Amino acid sequence: MMELTANTQALAYLVSAVLFIFALKGLTHPRTARRGNFLGMAGMAIAIIATLMGANISSYGFIIAGVAGGAVIGAILAFRVQMTAMPQLVAALHSFVGMAAVLVAIGTFLNKRAAGELNAVLMGELSAGIIIGAITFTGSVIAFGKLQGILSGAPVKFSGQHALNAILGIATLALGVHFALTGSLSSLVLMTLLAFVIGVTLIIPIGGADMPVIVSMLNSYSGWAAAATGFTLHNNLLIIVGALVGFSGAILSYIMCKAMNRSIINVVFGGFGSGDSGGDSGAGLAAQKGVKSAAVEDAVYWMEDANKVIIIPGYGMAVAQAQHSLKEMMLLLEARGVEVKFAVHPVAGRMPGHMNVLLAEADIPYENVLEMDDINADFPSCDVALVVGANDVVNPAAKTDPTSPIYGMPILEANKARQIFFLKRSMRPGYSGVDNLLFYQDNCSLVFGDAKDTIEGMVNALKGTGH
Amino acid sequence: MPDSLIALYVFVLACFIGYYVVWGVTPALHTPLVALTNAISGIVLVGALLVTGLENVGTAAEIMGFIAVLLASINVFGGFLVTNRMLSMFKKKEK
Repeated sequence: MMELTANTQALAYLVSAVLFIFALKGLTHPRTARRGNFLGMAGMAIAIIATLMGANISSYGFIIAGVAGGAVIGAILAFRVQMTAMPQLVAALHSFVGMAAVLVAIGTFLNKRAAGELNAVLMGELSAGIIIGAITFTGSVIAFGKLQGILSGAPVKFSGQHALNAILGIATLALGVHFALTGSLSSLVLMTLLAFVIGVTLIIPIGGADMPVIVSMLNSYSGWAAAATGFTLHNNLLIIVGALVGFSGAILSYIMCKAMNRSIINVVFGGFGSGDSGGDSGAGLAAQKGVKSAAVEDAVYWMEDANKVIIIPGYGMAVAQAQHSLKEMMLLLEARGVEVKFAVHPVAGRMPGHMNVLLAEADIPYENVLEMDDINADFPSCDVALVVGANDVVNPAAKTDPTSPIYGMPILEANKARQIFFLKRSMRPGYSGVDNLLFYQDNCSLVFGDAKDTIEGMVNALKGTGH
Repeated sequence: MPDSLIALYVFVLACFIGYYVVWGVTPALHTPLVALTNAISGIVLVGALLVTGLENVGTAAEIMGFIAVLLASINVFGGFLVTNRMLSMFKKKEK
């Protein structure tokens, strides 16, 4: 095979880095996004080919086996995964990047030691790569477990937790420094193990309600892990990509925190949300509490005659897989001249943008799906707001009740609609565990039942009354 | 300027690019953004290739490198393909 010189290889890496930047840039608009993704693929292909053709690679057996195996597994995962399970897939993939970074760092250490090329700077960089990679790995595994329901979504908290984290952190750093100065293998191993433990202790206290932040944060970590690997290998491409990904995740974390009016410190150490607040009680309890309930037919009656209906989807829609029925309902209403829009809160769902993907999956045009800031002005002129599986993001307590834990959080102002129908399985509160003041508004009625069944009921009713 | 300092320059400047590019991403595409950044962080594959393909690589390093190649490849292929699958669903209204 023709061998690339180091300079040609470096130029190829530069092209690849530019392609990655254009790939991200493509996501500015759905129209250019797919092209962006293809540019990203091209960038990756160039990087891999340039690496394989470089002077440093001389055996290909394991490489071909690894890439082929990874391609098959990756393709199967990508085609099989359900859109509702996207957060889990992403968490799993983050864990792979973390583990790969750890293995690359340790492998590099072994190779350099065999060649007698170790020095303190290199070993310091290796330590950084291993620590970040290991935290990314176990943190993502825990996040995967919580998202998949293998682990409870409830925050795990115990006294002395912060002290324990601090001690673990200091011990890990101390071992890293010792390793950098002495090259001691036992320090390296111990440091790696402690970093794995930190990944667990950092993520377990974060509650289910904060999943969008965790996913974004681990996305960021996986980028920093790649950047650290770049420093150890003196590879600028890895450094650039790591910085891009690291910042992307950091910005998403910031956006998610802002959408909940909480600081990142508060999310990481706060332990908010119960994951699954129990207690199943329906219309009976609702009546006791002075909440009105309505039948499917009532909601259909209102929506048919409306000029504008705004649908607010939340995680409950994802769980019930109600997006396809919603699409059908949208078409039926539009055929009657009703304007139908979807309002998406930044933290609706379990990862950033989760609702948008589910609605897109159901073929709902993206022009009909609006972000919070773009749609809030429309609620006062809307006849019906239909809340499907969302809760905290429409709770007016965030605006009116300074004692509420969610006070200050920006919300979708469904409370300003003429009539609100709130699809609900039971009277239990949202993830934050806070009672929703919207229920007690005179113009709000709860429709009890599984979201998908309820929407299907509406679809059938609409079909039945065709004009 | 020593190599590691150049690396630091590259890193800091790339952070700025990341900052400005990512703020431009439309919120509707935040899930594809996470999936795409996931795919491109599979660039650690390059590191894994360098560890595995080294002449006279030791057995331990070779096995670690192999696993790293496998994991990073899952990321690269899985990440790009799932991003493509998601993006193909974002359609305009048919008129």
